[in-house]
Amino acid sequence: MATGILLQIAQTLLAIVLAPMLLGWVNQCRAWLQGRTAPPITQPYRTLRKLFHKDAVIARQASPLFRIAPYMIFGCMALAAGLVPTIANDLPLSPATDVIALVGVFALARVFLALAAMDIGTSFGTLGARREMLVSFLAEPALLMVFFTSSLISQSTELPVIVQTVAHKDFVLYPSLAFAAVAFWMVSTAENARIPVDNPTTHLELTMIHEAMILEYSARHLALIEWAVALKLYTYSALGLALFIPWGIAPQGDYGALPLAFATVLIKLLAGGAFLAFLEAISAKLRLFRAPEFLGTAFLLGVLGMLIHSLLEV
Amino acid sequence: MSIALYLQTLHFLAALLLLISFAMLSQRRIVGLITLFAWQGAALASSTALVAWVTNQHHLYWSAALTLTLKVIAMPWFFYGLVRRLNANRDVEPMINIPTTMLIGIVLVIFAFNLALPISALSSTLMRSTLGIAMACVLLSFLMMITRRTAIPQVVGFLAMENGLFFAATSATYGMPLVVELGVALDVLVGVLVLGIFFFQIRETFESLDLKHMENLKER
Repeated sequence: MATGILLQIAQTLLAIVLAPMLLGWVNQCRAWLQGRTAPPITQPYRTLRKLFHKDAVIARQASPLFRIAPYMIFGCMALAAGLVPTIANDLPLSPATDVIALVGVFALARVFLALAAMDIGTSFGTLGARREMLVSFLAEPALLMVFFTSSLISQSTELPVIVQTVAHKDFVLYPSLAFAAVAFWMVSTAENARIPVDNPTTHLELTMIHEAMILEYSARHLALIEWAVALKLYTYSALGLALFIPWGIAPQGDYGALPLAFATVLIKLLAGGAFLAFLEAISAKLRLFRAPEFLGTAFLLGVLGMLIHSLLEV
Repeated sequence: MSIALYLQTLHFLAALLLLISFAMLSQRRIVGLITLFAWQGAALASSTALVAWVTNQHHLYWSAALTLTLKVIAMPWFFYGLVRRLNANRDVEPMINIPTTMLIGIVLVIFAFNLALPISALSSTLMRSTLGIAMACVLLSFLMMITRRTAIPQVVGFLAMENGLFFAATSATYGMPLVVELGVALDVLVGVLVLGIFFFQIRETFESLDLKHMENLKER
């Protein structure tokens, strides 16, 4: 039990430490693909360090919620990162939540971010919060459909059981998971505020979604939010790996497999990050009113995955 | 490789076929549509070749090769040339907006799956459960022909429908006799060539590929 708890803490800390590196890697790949000189992979760490050393400026009208929100968001993302199996399966925290509760954890962070954005009362913050809500209320059902497809296959909504079924039993090709994987990619671009739904590097306020919400934040608060953004990307990547290519995650109690599991996760994250950057480089940002269509397609693909499962895999 | 893994690969290719059908339904650009059509042909050819390999039906190799040459190489190449010469690659809004079309598509898929259940129960082939997917592909291509205004997407929809029928034949009865398949392939090829000439005629007469102008030809 004690080793399990240690492993749980190690996995969460690993996520917190590695997350900015993944973000840096994706940015680096994207810069290469666009023919720009790439920033170093450690750039997100440097940004965080710079932000932590600055003095925070907070609007006079800000309520305590505005101060609390970054800590809540970071806490939610760290919790979520700890819950998703990345190197070891079936850790002490994982029975606490299943995939549906995980969606709830993401939603809690989002609610705090949107409330904090509206708290200051600037027009851009409100605009961003409303757009975020528009995008997320469409993304959430699609995400649930993806999870339901995986749950139908393994007869459980618990992540460790899903990983166990796909990774450690007989190798089976699941056509329904192909649909779910495409839907999951579409949802994760929306949830992580990346191209084609949102552009994380934009400087044009009118097209912002995520950036508009955090315009008023500075210094340590901004650093925490940026870190939480990196953690969210990491958690989604880990979630995608756990749902669709979970081979390599060490089964419960098998501590000898841990180094190999760690190496596999690193390789998978590097490959997945490069692939994500490639998909971003070949697609253009959608107009905001095309986003419902994009996410509607994701939802339909999730439903199709479930239908295919009922037709072919029962 | 075990027979179960072959079957899973076949199911996977069938699912890919359905996925491409949906992608075609949501595609606004004509060039994108043609690329998707080529991919659909590739998925169809590989699944046919795999069925031929698993079941030792040699005539299926011929039909797979036919699909590959006609639908993956010849026809997309012909269409690319056509689009370039007609200068027709613009975003086209379909008659019903795309999310609604997709919703109708899902209803069609459920309908097709239920329709195919009793039929596939009668069949004894290896991949009988993919019949539902084949029928869904046919219905989705039909939907695409209905919702598109311009000529080229309608023809691509027609060809995609033929792909679906071909797949249905393979999954229900290991394909039609080779003579029939050759005849169908030749018919489709000639049809596409004739329609290609029609595109030029339509554009010359109406200065647009939008088929709603053809309604003016009615006698009043």
